[in-house]
Amino acid sequence: MKSTEKVIVVKDLVKDFGSFRANNHLTFEVYKGEVFGFLGANGAGKTTAIKVLCGLLKPTSGYVKVAGYDVYSQSNSIKAAIGYMSQKFTLYEDLTVYENITFYAGIYGLKFKEIKQKSLALIYKLGLEAHTHKLIKDLPLGWRQKLAFSIAIIHNPEIVFLDEPTSGVDPITRRQFWKMIYEAADRGITVFVTTHYMDEAEYCDRISVMSEGCIVALDTPYELKKKYGARSLNEVFLELVRTKQSI
Amino acid sequence: MNSIKAFDISKKYNQITALEHISFQVDEGEIFGFIGPDGAGKTTLFRILTTLVLPDAGHGSVCGYDIVKDYKKIRQIVGYMPGKFSLYQDLSVEENLAFFASVFGVSVHNNYHLISDIYSHIEPFKERRAGKLSGGMKQKLALCCALIHKPKVLFLDEPTTGIDAVSRKEFWNLLKGLKNEHITILVSTPYMDEASLCDNVALIQDGKIMKTAPPNAIISGFDKKLFAIRAQSAYHLISELEKHPACHAVYPFGQELHFVTMNENLNTDAIKKYLEEKKHTDVEIKLADITIEDCFMDLMNK
Repeated sequence: MKSTEKVIVVKDLVKDFGSFRANNHLTFEVYKGEVFGFLGANGAGKTTAIKVLCGLLKPTSGYVKVAGYDVYSQSNSIKAAIGYMSQKFTLYEDLTVYENITFYAGIYGLKFKEIKQKSLALIYKLGLEAHTHKLIKDLPLGWRQKLAFSIAIIHNPEIVFLDEPTSGVDPITRRQFWKMIYEAADRGITVFVTTHYMDEAEYCDRISVMSEGCIVALDTPYELKKKYGARSLNEVFLELVRTKQSI
Repeated sequence: MNSIKAFDISKKYNQITALEHISFQVDEGEIFGFIGPDGAGKTTLFRILTTLVLPDAGHGSVCGYDIVKDYKKIRQIVGYMPGKFSLYQDLSVEENLAFFASVFGVSVHNNYHLISDIYSHIEPFKERRAGKLSGGMKQKLALCCALIHKPKVLFLDEPTTGIDAVSRKEFWNLLKGLKNEHITILVSTPYMDEASLCDNVALIQDGKIMKTAPPNAIISGFDKKLFAIRAQSAYHLISELEKHPACHAVYPFGQELHFVTMNENLNTDAIKKYLEEKKHTDVEIKLADITIEDCFMDLMNK
């Protein structure tokens, strides 16, 4: 374990939508600088849990602290302390690379001088110098995803939430993306990531598996494979989710 | 007999080349997979073959019908499941199915045997609105709607993208079941591990087909040596291995690193010795099983 400092603490989180219970007494903790994989079947309640953790949804009941802030009373402080990217919503297609960076940096409250300096550093780091003033929609998907991730951590957040960040990305770019994830974690940024690629789940420090609103497993990839006598996390996942799921 | 023929198809959107000189053939009753990431050109190709988009150059046919001249004929005999969920979100499961049947002038009852295996999974929710289904169930309903008129050829554009591993496995089992009906299936996917479930695959990247062959032939065509390596610190292991003189490529692969070399004579002992000199402990090393993903990355680098 990299650190014992807890950046996410969840105890007995319940979230109901009418009579439907999307999150059923979730309890878990995430440590600083950890790469935490959040897995589960479609409809298991992952998106709901992420929305609660990002301060976008109020829980029905339970104790949730993110980056030291309470989700009931300090959701705006949470939003300032985290970064977020997903496969679906990343960048503004009709803005250029440079405009997207400065726009998000401004939203995250960086100062004018800082914005300019960080934007140029980021463009240089990603090797996008020749594309600074190109529209996002003219960039290949892999480049966009790498840029979106860099922007999501431009304000040095405590935690970055990545919702299927590599979906549909080619295998070489996926690996470059994971290298960036490791670098961020090395700098102390906690990475909370969902994926349907089971080989990517192997790259996480710890993973949790959700099924029907509950967390049915939580451990290191190594321990989970040992526990279920499986050769890969794919086997673990199929075992855990198939037994619970009817559809 | 060839169900689908494509010869030298190219397509550009303004300055962007979507497809470049695409040629391939698919036999009747075959499951043919297009394996490649987003932006490779899979969707454009499917739209051209289903007569929704005209190619700039090249020609092709589906069941002997020309994809430009005979578009009306082709539309009657193919089923198409687009990548984005395309059913009516505000209609229920059974209303969607009845609607698609009526568009093609068939009855759900007469062709029910084709979809019974798949539909049984979603029948308990037949009164639910399509928009309220989970991802896996939506794809099953879309497959039923694409099948209900008994098409000769089925085009499935990324049917398993964003779907969890359990539902993906089920979906492929259902496709295997359709082989008995002699329906030709053209399917695209970004998941490399799904290639092994096809009879033939084309690996596609940046609008070009890099290779077409049965999955096992693609794997046996890998012309380098591949090792799987594990050690305590994976992150530092990569940078050490990159400096190895015989290193062609090294990358994470699940819980291991894959190390590719052109040096036929390199063996596990030599690499182990090299790593132990660099103070790596607990080094586990063996010859790796080559996967489609290894082949895909190797072809991308050519």
